[in-house]
Amino acid sequence: MITITLRYFASLREQVGRSKETFTFSHTLSVVDVWQHANSMPLPENTLIAVNMEYVDKLYCVCDGDEVAFFPPVTGG
Amino acid sequence: MTIRIVETVFDPFLEIQHFQTQLALNGKCGATSIFIGTMRDFNDGDDVRAMTLEHYDGMTQKQLAKIIATAKEKWAILDELIIHRIGDILPNEPIVVISVWAMHRAEAFEACRYIMEELKSHAPFWKREILTSNESRWVLKNTSGKN
Repeated sequence: MITITLRYFASLREQVGRSKETFTFSHTLSVVDVWQHANSMPLPENTLIAVNMEYVDKLYCVCDGDEVAFFPPVTGG
Repeated sequence: MTIRIVETVFDPFLEIQHFQTQLALNGKCGATSIFIGTMRDFNDGDDVRAMTLEHYDGMTQKQLAKIIATAKEKWAILDELIIHRIGDILPNEPIVVISVWAMHRAEAFEACRYIMEELKSHAPFWKREILTSNESRWVLKNTSGKN
C-alpha cells in the first residue's frame, strides 16, 4: 500500500475546491493517474506538477509518503 | 546566499545595504547587480488596486536555492540575496529584490538576470489581482523578460 498527500494551489485549488487530501493506493501509479483518481475533471493542459517539491512530468510514478502538488503556471516576481 | 519570503512591506535599498555590511568579501567584490520588481497599478488594460501573492511554502525556497546553485555553477559570483513578498500588496510596493555580488560586472549582470528569469518561470508564486472595479482575477502568466 502507498499513501500520498495531494496539494492544490491558486486557481487550481479553487477549481477542485480542495487544498490538501490524502489517498491510499494498493500499487504505484503515475501522477496523472493520481489526478484522475482524485478528480472528475481532466487535468488542465498547462498544469505544473511537483513531487516532494521538485518538478516532474505527468508520467512520474509516485512512492509511499510522497507529496504531490498540482498548480497552474507560476506568476511570481 | 540568502533567501527570504516576507509578508510585510520592505525597503529593498535598506535590505541590500544591510546585507552588504554583513558580507565578508575581503575586497574581492567589484560589481553588484540589483533587480527590484514593484507592483504596477495596471495590468492587461485594467486598473489594479491591490494584489495577493500566494506561494508553496517549502518548494519556493527549495527552487530558489536550486536556481542560485545553478547560477553559481555558470558564473563566478560571490554572494546572492533574494527577498520576495507574499500576502497582500499595494501598487508601488516592492515584490522582489535580487542582488548579486561578483568580482566583475559581466557575471553580476548575467547571473542577476538569470536568477530573475528562472524565478519567474520556476518559483511557485501566484498573483491574484483586485481591480478598481473590485473584480478579482488570477494572473494567468508572466510577461516575457525579453524585448
